[in-house]
Amino acid sequence: MDSVASDISDVSDVPDVSEAAESSHRQTLRSTADNGLKIVIVGGFGVGKTTLVRSVSEIRPLNTEETMTQAGEHIDDTGGVAAKKATTVAFDFGRISLDARNVLYLFGAPGQERFWFLWDRLFAGTLGAVVLVDTRRLSDSWYAVDRLEHHGTPFVVACNDFGGPAHTPDQIREALDLADEVPLVFCDARSRESGKQVLISLVEHLRTLVTSAPRSIPQPIPQTVPEPML
Amino acid sequence: MSRARPGRDDSPDRLYTVTGGRTRAGSDAFDVVTLVVSESDPVPGMQSEHAAILRMCRFPTAVVEVAAGLGLPVSITRILLADLHDTGRISARHPRPSYRLPDHDILEQVLVGLRSL
Repeated sequence: MDSVASDISDVSDVPDVSEAAESSHRQTLRSTADNGLKIVIVGGFGVGKTTLVRSVSEIRPLNTEETMTQAGEHIDDTGGVAAKKATTVAFDFGRISLDARNVLYLFGAPGQERFWFLWDRLFAGTLGAVVLVDTRRLSDSWYAVDRLEHHGTPFVVACNDFGGPAHTPDQIREALDLADEVPLVFCDARSRESGKQVLISLVEHLRTLVTSAPRSIPQPIPQTVPEPML
Repeated sequence: MSRARPGRDDSPDRLYTVTGGRTRAGSDAFDVVTLVVSESDPVPGMQSEHAAILRMCRFPTAVVEVAAGLGLPVSITRILLADLHDTGRISARHPRPSYRLPDHDILEQVLVGLRSL
């Protein structure tokens, strides 16, 4: 019988080749994977979030949802009682294995108001966000840009090319009231290379922010976690 | 894909039954990208969702992937995972602590990984 004990390579650094091949075939992660990372792609309906996730993901995008109740602040018109408001958000996600340990999850999330109730519960600790916009419908993105600024989440704006009338970057910046330091990029969400460049532009932006940030003791982001609803 | 979105069309009774009526996990320790790994095989008589999780997580699998695989909302999935974690049937690899800005070394690793796609 062949000796299997002779293989003493350190699997924590270099995964066994046959396992990597097998896990790729099975669409499973390597056994050494131990650090999940998040990037959130926010945008209006039909802007291409799932297309972008699909173009760079190593798995076919999956769909799941989160459901919560918020104690309603509004008073029910007919009953005069404070209603509990159910918030359900469905989202797609994909995955990129970056190396033996780091796995990046990409979440495509709707930009509408109810989604932001769940931001902290789902996406606390995200590296950053991509606001995917259709230049024919820039106003769809106002709310997302506003909320990301409010949350202090670093983001880039990516204009998905739908072949509409060309806008200059300055026109788009003005329409979205974007701060100068927020990168604005153009992309074709169907293209793997283009999608990859969008993600790279976000991470390079993050690196710039980290490098230029004053040295201070980092504080965890305070989380307010709403009660889950059953 | 014709599969309906999980949870939305399920009766609340089903979700109540799956979790034994509990509405919260013992802790919020499970992030959506916490990687879950089975530490044991399913045993006869085990709740079917628990058995499904143990089969799904033979390789590291994120909480959202488990939720999508089960067709259950993330919050329900967290409760089921906490059951298995409390009894040592799974282990959890949590993401590195998140601060307002991510760690520079991690960003470099992400860039290297993305550029080599």
